[in-house]
Amino acid sequence: MSLGKTEVEYISRLTQIEVREDAVDGVAEKLSNIIDLFAQMEAVDTQNVLPMAHPLDAVQRLRPDVVTEVDQHEKLQAIAPAAAEAHYLVPQVIE
Amino acid sequence: MHNLTIKQMSEKLHAGEFTSVQLTQHYLDRIAKYDAELNAYITVTPELAIQMAEEADKKLADGSAELLTGIPVAHKDIFCTDGVKTSCGSKMLDNFIAPYDAHIVTQLKKVGMPILGKTNMDEFAMGSSSESSYYGATKNPWDHQAVPGGSSGGAAAVIAAGLAPLATGTDTGGSIRQPASFCGITGIKPTYGAVSRFGIIAYASSFDQAGPMTRSAEDSAWLLNAMAGFDERDSTSLEREKPDYTAELERSLDGLKIGVPAEYFGEGLDADVAKVVKTAIAEMEKLGAEVVEVHLPNKDLAVPSYYVLAPAEASSNLSRFDGVRFGYRCEQPKDLTDLYKRSRSEGFGEEVKRRIMVGAYALSAGYYDAYYLKAQKLRRMVRDDFINAFQSCDVIMGPVAPTPAFKIGEKSDDQVSMYLSDLYTIPVNLGGLPALSVPAGFAQNLPVGLHIVGPYFSEAKLLNIGHQFQQVTDWHTKTPAQYQ
Amino acid sequence: MSWEVVIGLEIHAQLTTKSKIFSGASTAYGAAPNSQACPIDIGMPGMLPVLNQAVIGKSILLGLALDAEIGKRSVFDRKNYFYPDLPKGYQTTQFEFPIVGQGKLEIELEDGTKKVIGVTRAHLEEDAGKSVHGLEQGQTGVDLNRAGTPLLEIVSDPDMSSAKEAVAYAKKMHELVQYLGICDGNMQEGSFRVDSNVSVRRPGEPLGTRAELKNINSFRFIEKAIEIEIERQIELIESGGTVVQETRLYDAENDTTRSMRTKEDANDYRYFPCPDLLPVIITDEDIEAVRTTMPELPDAKRTRFVAEFGLSDYDATVLTGSRAMAEFFESVVGLTKEKDVKLCANWMTSGFSAALNRDGLSVTESPVSAEMLAGMIERILDNSISGKIAKQVFEAMWQGEGTADQIIESRGLKQITDTGVIEALVDEVLANNLEQVEAYKAGQTKMLGYFVGQIMKASGGQANPGQVNKMLVAKLK
Repeated sequence: MSLGKTEVEYISRLTQIEVREDAVDGVAEKLSNIIDLFAQMEAVDTQNVLPMAHPLDAVQRLRPDVVTEVDQHEKLQAIAPAAAEAHYLVPQVIE
Repeated sequence: MHNLTIKQMSEKLHAGEFTSVQLTQHYLDRIAKYDAELNAYITVTPELAIQMAEEADKKLADGSAELLTGIPVAHKDIFCTDGVKTSCGSKMLDNFIAPYDAHIVTQLKKVGMPILGKTNMDEFAMGSSSESSYYGATKNPWDHQAVPGGSSGGAAAVIAAGLAPLATGTDTGGSIRQPASFCGITGIKPTYGAVSRFGIIAYASSFDQAGPMTRSAEDSAWLLNAMAGFDERDSTSLEREKPDYTAELERSLDGLKIGVPAEYFGEGLDADVAKVVKTAIAEMEKLGAEVVEVHLPNKDLAVPSYYVLAPAEASSNLSRFDGVRFGYRCEQPKDLTDLYKRSRSEGFGEEVKRRIMVGAYALSAGYYDAYYLKAQKLRRMVRDDFINAFQSCDVIMGPVAPTPAFKIGEKSDDQVSMYLSDLYTIPVNLGGLPALSVPAGFAQNLPVGLHIVGPYFSEAKLLNIGHQFQQVTDWHTKTPAQYQ
Repeated sequence: MSWEVVIGLEIHAQLTTKSKIFSGASTAYGAAPNSQACPIDIGMPGMLPVLNQAVIGKSILLGLALDAEIGKRSVFDRKNYFYPDLPKGYQTTQFEFPIVGQGKLEIELEDGTKKVIGVTRAHLEEDAGKSVHGLEQGQTGVDLNRAGTPLLEIVSDPDMSSAKEAVAYAKKMHELVQYLGICDGNMQEGSFRVDSNVSVRRPGEPLGTRAELKNINSFRFIEKAIEIEIERQIELIESGGTVVQETRLYDAENDTTRSMRTKEDANDYRYFPCPDLLPVIITDEDIEAVRTTMPELPDAKRTRFVAEFGLSDYDATVLTGSRAMAEFFESVVGLTKEKDVKLCANWMTSGFSAALNRDGLSVTESPVSAEMLAGMIERILDNSISGKIAKQVFEAMWQGEGTADQIIESRGLKQITDTGVIEALVDEVLANNLEQVEAYKAGQTKMLGYFVGQIMKASGGQANPGQVNKMLVAKLK
């Protein structure tokens, strides 16, 4: 198995996904099975291959610098879990 | 009514033989009758459908109607639909009423196509069986014990069962073609960038592509005409002249060179499926096509490459679901970390969480080069295999999936075997190529699709081949007995 | 034993665009909360970024000004972390392929010595939103208006070895981006933010661990914060401690820096190319097109002002302190028919600048236009008014009473040059000051100034001082 408790806890923090103490081993096993699948990539010689981020060799198109959006915060905040005075609310953040 | 082709349906609407309201109501009645069992829709929108049908009837009356005007459509629940719940099959978005339309939703609204509802899918399109939906598994209309495939399983099922004449789907690793194969319908994944991704809830941005799911290749061509085209809101949308995808339907297949990769008929392919596919290719030869052998030597690298890259993109794409601005928020978060962790852990299902974690791992310090960068290089190798193969053939044919539809629950605990079953469809997504699945026969009493892959922008050619095949075969007209 | 200080700066300059870097929402400052946060800025499902054209030209301008390599192919990456002001859970930025590569900037220190500071790179990225406290008990509010505002992050080499050098560099960059018209430089509104990476080491030893000083919105505080941080690090090491890599905030009230709560694993940002955006390609033609729009830069302008106008280094420096100031000055010089550049310069550096400072206005907000100031200077040069009266006229123009000519007319301030009138004034003053006349004649020639003063006073300041002088000398012979 390639992943252990430490790794699972680390990924859990990175992704903000909770893994309960009693589930760590199960998750580690499932993730390891998937990561083991990656192992067959190792042997491939890719020295002269360029990484490919996109299927087509297209380049970025540019948008003219004009304001096209209007204020719709009421509509957008109607589906927000918590909002007050036009702000989204989260539990207090101390800086 | 529901056994007509789209062209026939359109002719009858234009001739006044029935109205869009009647046609729409017919489908709504069928949904009411059958969907409780099938679970192919997450949301049915009867009021919206009838209201849109009334508007379509006005267009039909005043002569401003197009071919698809008045023909209802079912959208996969991944397409944002203004004022309608857009859940992406997830508890995370169970309360998400989209405040805008996806580009393709806008396009089809403009044409006047009533929206019947939103179809079921694997959560966030991550899956090959539609079992991971928060709303429960969709059943295969051919066998209620079997999966309809995924992630666009709901869309495939509604077409197969006659619960919509047309449906939209998305294909990231095979999510249009594999369910099309499992449900005996026609589905095409266009070239990456042909259909705008604006308003599609992203799974893996450099793979996601929307396409039509229909009964026939001809129907797909009509729907693709309405879906495709440049959209300035999507940076990856292709700025090129939009072809008429129906233009080549009637062309002869005389002289067509079909590449058949030996690698696609090796170990792991169900013998009955292999037989169906080979018979279909033989049928193509009768139509004048010629078979040549091609090689895709790196095909086995596609699955690992994809399962690094797609989860990596997904891990980032799904970070926006944090319980702050929309979607699920846990009860009584005690601090910010608690808000994030519980909202995400309670809002996402197991497979989604797994892919987020795998993706984050592949990008994390120390693994980026070994996993992510390596996978991007393999992606190029897999793509180049196709480009080389197309030097000696016009299209490539083979199976869509190694087996017909498997049983519900059969693979839900074995992710890796589920992932490996995408081995024929994934390479196409790595390359961003267009590919079609057309019904080609049955294996173990379940439908089997033929996979036709073409070079970039060859959609019209693929649909031409599919249509010509469907002129001499009737697999695509077959419907499960109880849904006739 | 001595210590060596190593400082590098990361400057975030907000680019002056109308709309955001990836959406069509407005970037105007001070709007109602979330009124300028569109679905793309909020990171709503299915929303996609499209790059704003304007940021490319502005980046190229900076690159050219810094004599830097322009990234012909730059790539946007995602920097992944969770924070309430970061709606998508990642910041879109440029990691491996920035739009501006290695360049340099020459700074001048107070003692006149010059030093070249390397600029590692400048990359485009999107700004985050803002947290607001005190809306509701136990809650933090999030305003995403600023989310998606285009930033150029300009990263220096660790080339500065004192707080003074760091501030000189920051000020020079501040002046430059404003000259280029790519950033408004407003530090109070956060348009120009300076983060300082400070470390100390013994000479010859490898680089020490650095601390980052963030969110300081004035040059004075940046200097103080760096000085205090240097002291803190030296004291810490000398007392046996070690510096930890962290972000520290400057507390101006207590004049200390304090550690920000460190986030666990905060540094594993999992950068990868943003799949929603494609590589940005810049051609040589694009670069040349931008080059033709390049304004004269501050150093070149200063040199020219000295050479062309014969100004002192001091005047040239003050007059090129901002692009607006320099352009105003050149307009005034251009508009005065009888050229007296020194007089124009004096008015700009004294009366005009003083009035701006007093009222807290920028050059562009001045109620006195270049035409008005030039008009007034013309009246001084043609002897219509004296320099002293001009101060009155200027103040009246500033208060909106009209042009110099209108004010001179309406207030009757025109200089008295009529010999008869002046002679009468001279005679009157001499008649009333017989004792002083005697003293003058006895050899106290400095009494002359006293007489001039009395005569000017009697004329309400309007008598031509030259004529008064001449006549006095003649009468007192």
